[in-house]
Amino acid sequence: MTAQQKNPPLKSSVRLISVFGILLTFVGLMAFGLNEPLYPPAKSNTLVIKKDSITSVKAFKAVYTVLMSPRCMNCHPSGDVPLQGDDSHLHTMFPKRGTEGKGVLAMKCANCHQPANTPGLHTPPGNPNWHLPPANMKMVFQGKTARQLAKQMVDPKQNGHKNMQQLLEHADDGLVLAGWNPGEGRTLPPMSHAQFKKAWTTWIKTGAYAPKN
Amino acid sequence: MVSLQINKKSYTIDADPEMPLLWAIRDLAGLTGTKFGCGVAQCGACTIHLNGEAVRSCVTKVSRAIGQEITTIEGLSVNNDHPLQLAWNEANVPQCGYCHSGQLMSAAVLLKEKPSPTDEDIDNAMSGNICRCGTYPRIRKAIHLAAEMQRKETAK
Repeated sequence: MTAQQKNPPLKSSVRLISVFGILLTFVGLMAFGLNEPLYPPAKSNTLVIKKDSITSVKAFKAVYTVLMSPRCMNCHPSGDVPLQGDDSHLHTMFPKRGTEGKGVLAMKCANCHQPANTPGLHTPPGNPNWHLPPANMKMVFQGKTARQLAKQMVDPKQNGHKNMQQLLEHADDGLVLAGWNPGEGRTLPPMSHAQFKKAWTTWIKTGAYAPKN
Repeated sequence: MVSLQINKKSYTIDADPEMPLLWAIRDLAGLTGTKFGCGVAQCGACTIHLNGEAVRSCVTKVSRAIGQEITTIEGLSVNNDHPLQLAWNEANVPQCGYCHSGQLMSAAVLLKEKPSPTDEDIDNAMSGNICRCGTYPRIRKAIHLAAEMQRKETAK
């Protein structure tokens, strides 16, 4: 008699279901652990899209001028060293991105960047969440055309796993807002945050179309 | 009055929470091993450990350090016998010495996170600490030496 034959069929089924359940739990935990979203879930889900490609593209062109301004682009570099200043030069001391975007070894971002701007001209700007995008999703702005950036923005695999509602709400993210509070000696983005948010919202709510170039 | 935990000892000092932590450490706690260099986090002379990270104390406010664990060069080891301190001596690293408490505190974080650092790791970790005497080759040599000492100690 084999071991399987010793167990009544019901007992075997219960054991099989239990093992399957435990495995499923582990898989679930692993999946959430490894793919933890970078951003919190959307606060609401009231997004209504009214497609209008002409209005959408026009709005994105305004958005693009902000995204490519030093206050946004400097933390979305094409390499692993952040940029600095209105001329977007490589950050002095060459701090590196690191896996989580928070720096490496004795050169973590928060070693110098405090929870708030440091007083004084050209001193380190601050934010409680100061960081670059992580190494596994660099969200590069530098060198991107308006078309490339628009397409990148709406792709959850390239935008921090954000859906359109989360993307809409991202206009009020703490680090986005920090672009308009850059510390002494740094120029502001080319429009107010309110104007930016209006263009951003218009772009998304009219279908998030990408310009032709 | 605020209470700061420095080198595992409690200091109650009369400091404004907005005061740079460096002032509190040097002028109020009397621990003058940590140096003032630039005052704007550009040189690394004021590097201390805040919860084990190589923080620049000149731009860090006292308020950020309340309830946190602060370590200064005086607390890096009990008898100045941290592998880095021994290696620094052996390789005669300092010239004027002014930047070296900061250099050592950054190097200590490096060795904690990378016990066998490559030259590239050393560059990545130490690029925020400037030495006007240009002792960089000896700093690199001493970090490798300290890593070796640490490995031998661990193997015992």
